[in-house]
Amino acid sequence: MTITPSLKRDYLAKLAENGKRADGRKFNEYRKIEIETDIISNAEGSARAKIGNTQVIAGIKLDIGEPYPDTPDEGVMTTAAELIPLASPDFESGPPQADAIELARVVDRGIRESEIIDVDQLCIVPREKVWMIFIDIHILDYDGNLFDAASLASLAALMTTNVPIERLKPTFEILKEKLPSIEQYLDDHPKNFPLPLRDPPISCTSVKYNGAVVMDPSLDEEEIAEARLTVAIDKNGDIRAMQKGLNGSFNRDEIKKVIKASTDNGKKILEQLYKSVGK
Amino acid sequence: MNTEIKLIKNGKRLDGRKPDEMRKIKIEAGVLHRAEGSCYLEWGDNKVLAAVYGPREAIPRHTQNPLRAIVNAKYNMAAFSVDDRKRPGPDRRSREISKVISEALENVILLEKFPRASIDVCIEVLDAEAGTRCAGLTAAAVALVDAGIPMKDIPVACAAGKIDGHVVLDLGKQEDNCGAADLPVAISPRTGEILLLQMDGHLTLEEFDKALDMAIKGCYIVSDLQKQAIMKKYQSVSEGI
Amino acid sequence: MAQEKREIVIPSQLLGDIKNKKAGRGTFVENGKIYAEILGILNNSSDYINVNPLKGRYDPIEKDFVIGIVEEAMASSWLVDINAAYPALLHVNEVPWEVEFGETERYLNHGDSIMAKVLQVDQEKRLQITLNDRNLYKIKGGLIIDVEPSKVPRIIGKQGSMISLLKKYTNCRIFVGQNGRIWIDGDIEGVKKVIDTIKMIEDEALSYGLTNKIEKLLLKEAKDVR
Repeated sequence: MTITPSLKRDYLAKLAENGKRADGRKFNEYRKIEIETDIISNAEGSARAKIGNTQVIAGIKLDIGEPYPDTPDEGVMTTAAELIPLASPDFESGPPQADAIELARVVDRGIRESEIIDVDQLCIVPREKVWMIFIDIHILDYDGNLFDAASLASLAALMTTNVPIERLKPTFEILKEKLPSIEQYLDDHPKNFPLPLRDPPISCTSVKYNGAVVMDPSLDEEEIAEARLTVAIDKNGDIRAMQKGLNGSFNRDEIKKVIKASTDNGKKILEQLYKSVGK
Repeated sequence: MNTEIKLIKNGKRLDGRKPDEMRKIKIEAGVLHRAEGSCYLEWGDNKVLAAVYGPREAIPRHTQNPLRAIVNAKYNMAAFSVDDRKRPGPDRRSREISKVISEALENVILLEKFPRASIDVCIEVLDAEAGTRCAGLTAAAVALVDAGIPMKDIPVACAAGKIDGHVVLDLGKQEDNCGAADLPVAISPRTGEILLLQMDGHLTLEEFDKALDMAIKGCYIVSDLQKQAIMKKYQSVSEGI
Repeated sequence: MAQEKREIVIPSQLLGDIKNKKAGRGTFVENGKIYAEILGILNNSSDYINVNPLKGRYDPIEKDFVIGIVEEAMASSWLVDINAAYPALLHVNEVPWEVEFGETERYLNHGDSIMAKVLQVDQEKRLQITLNDRNLYKIKGGLIIDVEPSKVPRIIGKQGSMISLLKKYTNCRIFVGQNGRIWIDGDIEGVKKVIDTIKMIEDEALSYGLTNKIEKLLLKEAKDVR
């Protein structure tokens, strides 16, 4: 298990008192962000996001399935995250631990609550068949701030996803026998089409240690963090999701500052995201 | 599965390759920041990432061997790596592949230098197109060198198979699905010894000999690529670039 | 000026024959031939063929000075991480304090850093370290960074030349553990400069004339500040 020497804690705290961070960044500054899309041939959509040395791949797969009873005309979305042992000496293989589950659920909420996926347009036969979207997040290299990297990778992947009519033709053929209206659906959608999406929200994560609140925590900063706050902001500056983690606390003022910094950074990151998916 | 497709016509395969031609391979060593050794490998449409941690004390303690290190290779396929999404988590196939890869690696690693320790190798298949276990083992070998693990050789793997009555090298996706036999092989290139061998399908003794020869030849081609990838990573360091 | 390239070798590479040379560190012998067993730099200059590792964890040698981080305090000993394949044991008899049974936590706890010496490495690679020496102690203040253990000789330099340079130009106290951990203490600017310089040494460890290059750089920066 990786131990954080208490010396490091003291050193980072001392730097923070002087308004500095170990890698020279400003408190609200992000590390270099790189986004690459369309990297997995078997996935309907895929992207790799890098923030500093942290690397995450998101893959999107679609399948045909049953809708939830309370939303009979909407597509279904699920998000899963794997903190595979590849990414860190501290990750173990096996069923997802609480960290992986929290990560998946926070990313999921950010996407779901912002309604970026237009699930109304993902109905095939009302009450019978809808599109199921699987977002699978694979952490490859853990150097701090998995939330933002995972969220970015997922968004970039979704924004380059195509609904696989062609690959699932055999399934459609079988379903046609029981559900003749599929014929009409295929007439309306004869080929693969881009996943219907709305504007993406950007997730920004900050941590607090020794009274300092910094954005895009490095691994060291995460290891000594007392509290963490992730905010997902949409293009209008409205809040779509929030998650506070760890057992420390924030005061109202700190939260306001984080929201403001998230909005500022969010705008820049959103521009980069659009550029990377070719829009 | 459409068994009416002709997989090979006039000496040309579906993707245009000759019977003894390999798919395109790209290997990069030392690509991850946290892992002690790592390798990213593309083989046809396969995309594989391997990482090594260790040697480190083996846990749980009851798995420790007082005389030597144990090798834990874990082969895993990402949910999005295949046509029909795969449920996350190891299935029986992954477990079996993990075992045969671990055993192949144990042969070449100088295990006695690290009693009670484990060498943990993670192999992630990010994109799959037939031959993932060969790609995985090949990447794992490079990651082990990159981690500074002492070894008596750098193992390498390649597969051959039979399609439409012809023995061919390095099966592609459709060839694997519709072909008559699949033979993945791993060797220790310095000695030529076979470290991994599995066969699936139907081969006459003659066809087997031919396929094994082909697979081993393929192994040597890939072995050169592994060595080039390692030298490329460290050569620039030595030249003070 | 002709520069001999430092030759990089990889496992299984044929290096020589036992008829003419002896097999040294980082090599193995099979059928009378000497092969490399690790990724490293070939050292062919003496009777021995040695390969100096480029990567890998610290391989503990008795009497080495190391910087350890305490993992666990047990009843009459501590488990200490020294960046080797195994944690090291520090027994209460090997510290300068009178520690009562079960009172170990009062002196050293999880996360504390210590300057220690490797006492013993046995056949099963069980490691013991000691704090019983004037130069050994529990570390207070400063910062510890990690580098590849194989780069330590470069960072220290011939007869300590590189490390002296660093101390001179940054006014920092620096201690380099053989296990790839370096302790630095000084003002914020100084510490940052040491870290940046060490990073540069790490990246260019194999190139020639590095000490001169680093000296020029440090000199220039010092002049710029004035």
